[in-house]
Amino acid sequence: METPPTITPEEETWELRLYVAGQTVKSVTALANLKSYCEQHLKGRYKLEVIDLLQHPQLAAGDQILAIPTLVRKVPAPIRKIIGDLSNQERVLVGLDIRVVESK
Amino acid sequence: MQDLMTSSASLGPQLPKTPTGIDGLDEITEGGLPKGRPTLVCGSAGCGKTLMGVEFLVRGIQQYNEPGVLMAFEETADELAANVTSLGFDLQTLQGQGQLRIDHVHVDRSEIEETGEYDLEGLFIRLGYAIDSIGAKRVVLDTIEALFSGFPNQAVLRSEIRRLFRWLKDKGVTTIITAERGEGSLTRQGLEEYVSDCVILLDNRVIEQITTRRLRIVKYRGSTHGTNEYPYLITEDGISVLPVTSLKLAHEVSDEIVSSGVPALDAMFGRHGFYKGSSVLITGTAGTAKTTLAASFAHAVCSTGKRCAFFAFEESPQQLVRNMRSVGLDLAPFIEQGLLHVEASRPTLNGLEKHLVTLHRLVKEFKPDAVVIDPISNLITVGNISEVRSMLTRLIDFLKISNITALFTSLISGRNIQQEMTEEGVSSLVDTWISVRDLEGVGERNRGVSILKARGMAHSNQVREFVVTNQGVQLLDVVIGPTGIVTGASRLTQQMQEQAQALASQQELERKDREIERKRRVLEATIANLRTEFESVEEELRQINHEELVRQQKLADTRRQIAGTASAE
Repeated sequence: METPPTITPEEETWELRLYVAGQTVKSVTALANLKSYCEQHLKGRYKLEVIDLLQHPQLAAGDQILAIPTLVRKVPAPIRKIIGDLSNQERVLVGLDIRVVESK
Repeated sequence: MQDLMTSSASLGPQLPKTPTGIDGLDEITEGGLPKGRPTLVCGSAGCGKTLMGVEFLVRGIQQYNEPGVLMAFEETADELAANVTSLGFDLQTLQGQGQLRIDHVHVDRSEIEETGEYDLEGLFIRLGYAIDSIGAKRVVLDTIEALFSGFPNQAVLRSEIRRLFRWLKDKGVTTIITAERGEGSLTRQGLEEYVSDCVILLDNRVIEQITTRRLRIVKYRGSTHGTNEYPYLITEDGISVLPVTSLKLAHEVSDEIVSSGVPALDAMFGRHGFYKGSSVLITGTAGTAKTTLAASFAHAVCSTGKRCAFFAFEESPQQLVRNMRSVGLDLAPFIEQGLLHVEASRPTLNGLEKHLVTLHRLVKEFKPDAVVIDPISNLITVGNISEVRSMLTRLIDFLKISNITALFTSLISGRNIQQEMTEEGVSSLVDTWISVRDLEGVGERNRGVSILKARGMAHSNQVREFVVTNQGVQLLDVVIGPTGIVTGASRLTQQMQEQAQALASQQELERKDREIERKRRVLEATIANLRTEFESVEEELRQINHEELVRQQKLADTRRQIAGTASAE
């Protein structure tokens, strides 16, 4: 039983941004979920930036944020967006295009 | 301001309204959209929903100093700006001045993955930020339905949209939400159930190959409003709704008189002309000099230094000028002086409303004292009778309110000449109705003019014959023959007969004069004769008398001598 190795499109540092609005349940959940996935699959190769729109509302337009919480993958291209509290791990991984090699 | 306050207070509390600044819309809504509340504008593609939203914002900034936010879900800021440049709206400058903010919201389903719970707080934050950053009073959401294609979770979306509208109300911004027309419902996504204050429906209809856009206020909570369908146009200056039908007949009237341009025709009216601001209709069959009469009127108006707008639906300006010059009416100097404006177009060029708007614009820009439309019957080719009638009603009302004398000509077909009714049914709307017609006699046609009605002044009942000479229209004197008024060649015959009769009676008169003279002379001769006779008799008698006197003297002398002799002895 070994940890499933992950294959990323390119071996580069991932840039992730999570947009939240205050410390709501959804935001906190999303952040916790995201951190656990990253630690699991992108350990050491990611940068996570959390933007609270209540403090920086002017940043919402840049990434076309409508829904909260929204996770934006800036790098690697193309930009991808995932909305919701990220509770569905499979869909988050598919959405972020983190391919998990099945080896159970 | 004080008066305004007290007058509105006396009417009771009124729903506060935000004027849109859109031509005509504020009249229908009796002041504008509900202030601080959302209004739904729905319609099918190509109705001008976005334009109405943009115009609402631009007018708000320019006329009411209310900054606005446009949240565009379909077009980018640059696209929007480019689209409305042709209407003279400079969105970029307004944005630069910090009075307008355009936020393009891009929603793409393919870019978005949905995992778990979310809400649309981001949209609220963006909108809130945009509103607060410029202190916006007006917001347009165009078209919020685009969200439905971006977010699959309808339950969340609907509750969020409901929350959004509530939130906008709490913010106190007047909002226009545009939505696509749905089948069987006002909007495709049923947004009308969230917006309950004011719903405006735009419609684009093609009838007999002519497109007419119409606007209707479906509901307006807490306010009365016009309930009809109102045609509207997208013109060079933006949207123009036509509510111009005056509901009240309360226009000012003038006591001034305007000449018809034909002195003898003026003389047929009790006050020698038309009232200023009245509407005059000239009806007649083809070739009865309607246009000439109309041009005479225009000429008369311009001669007094007033302005006249001439709408020619049959002739080009040059043609009109040339033709009228041939009858002694030179319009060219007035055109050069800017007193006369000839607007010539084929009626089929535009829809009716477009014509009406053109006229409105011209009246506003040119400020004429009189308007001539030649002829209104041609407009029937553009719309159906009821549309034409309602347009003409609006037109006449508009001109009356502006105190502009209006003269219309109308062609009536030969068959209907007896009933003397214009197809458009405007005869009841006009104040003065002049009928020109053919008087067909033995082998010739003559033109006759009569006044069918003239509100508010006495007028002649006669049918006067007139001729179009190279000095303009001239009415001929009434000639009454054995069987009534005679015209044309019979008029000449009648006149010749009358002349012969007059000559004969003149001669008779002269003959009698001469007879009297003769008699007088005979009498005078006789008198002279008698006087001579008398003189000779008198002479004779005087002679006798004298002789007698002398004889008696002598006798006395003799007697004295005799007596003397006797005494001496």
